[in-house]
Amino acid sequence: MADPMRIRAQSQGNNAVVRVLMSHEMETGQRKDSAGKTIPAWHITNVSATHNGKPVMSAEWGPAVAKNPFLQFTVKGAKAGDKIAVTWKDNRGDTRTDEATVS
Amino acid sequence: AFAFNKNAFEAKSMADVVKAYGAGAPAESKDVTLTAPDIAENGAVVPMAAATGLSGVKHLLVLVEKNPNTLVAKFDVTDAVEANFSTRAKMSQTSDVYAVAIMNDGKALYTKKEVKVTLGGCGG
Repeated sequence: MADPMRIRAQSQGNNAVVRVLMSHEMETGQRKDSAGKTIPAWHITNVSATHNGKPVMSAEWGPAVAKNPFLQFTVKGAKAGDKIAVTWKDNRGDTRTDEATVS
Repeated sequence: AFAFNKNAFEAKSMADVVKAYGAGAPAESKDVTLTAPDIAENGAVVPMAAATGLSGVKHLLVLVEKNPNTLVAKFDVTDAVEANFSTRAKMSQTSDVYAVAIMNDGKALYTKKEVKVTLGGCGG
């Protein structure tokens, strides 16, 4: 199981700015190890977020997203106390969901 | 619900990525903004943000033209989020970076910016 994400959701006017730091290798599939063998790609392919359980955004990522990915987005109409949950899934089928409260 | 558009992520040029999402020929537009540094010292972590004030946006894409595969990330825009996403990408070498907005009517609008990389981020 992967390490938890760090999610911070801050209320800004009528919206909430959500910043997420995920913990993931994001191996590109381009690199070679010391024996010259290609290291297989291992990266997050899908990210989605919900606001109080309702889906608000989704994304598809390639291996070119940097290691330990950062993501920032803005949820409209989210108030302090609302729940923002973020889920990712990688190309090995591993998945993780973490939740934060808007402050 | 977790779809992954393999064709788009294997495409080698901006035009092919846009085609993989079924959009028409891309046109340059001032209504799409791309935030990225002029010079990236470390190509492994390059902050970039794509945004647009236009309504009727379906997807926002971030692309690095000279990476082995052009497409970095695709964000689906809904009514519940602003069309404004930031992330960090890897860049293998100095390249044009694109922010592309694919509209509900199939139009593709883009903004580009050259980012100079002094140390590549794809290893070797």
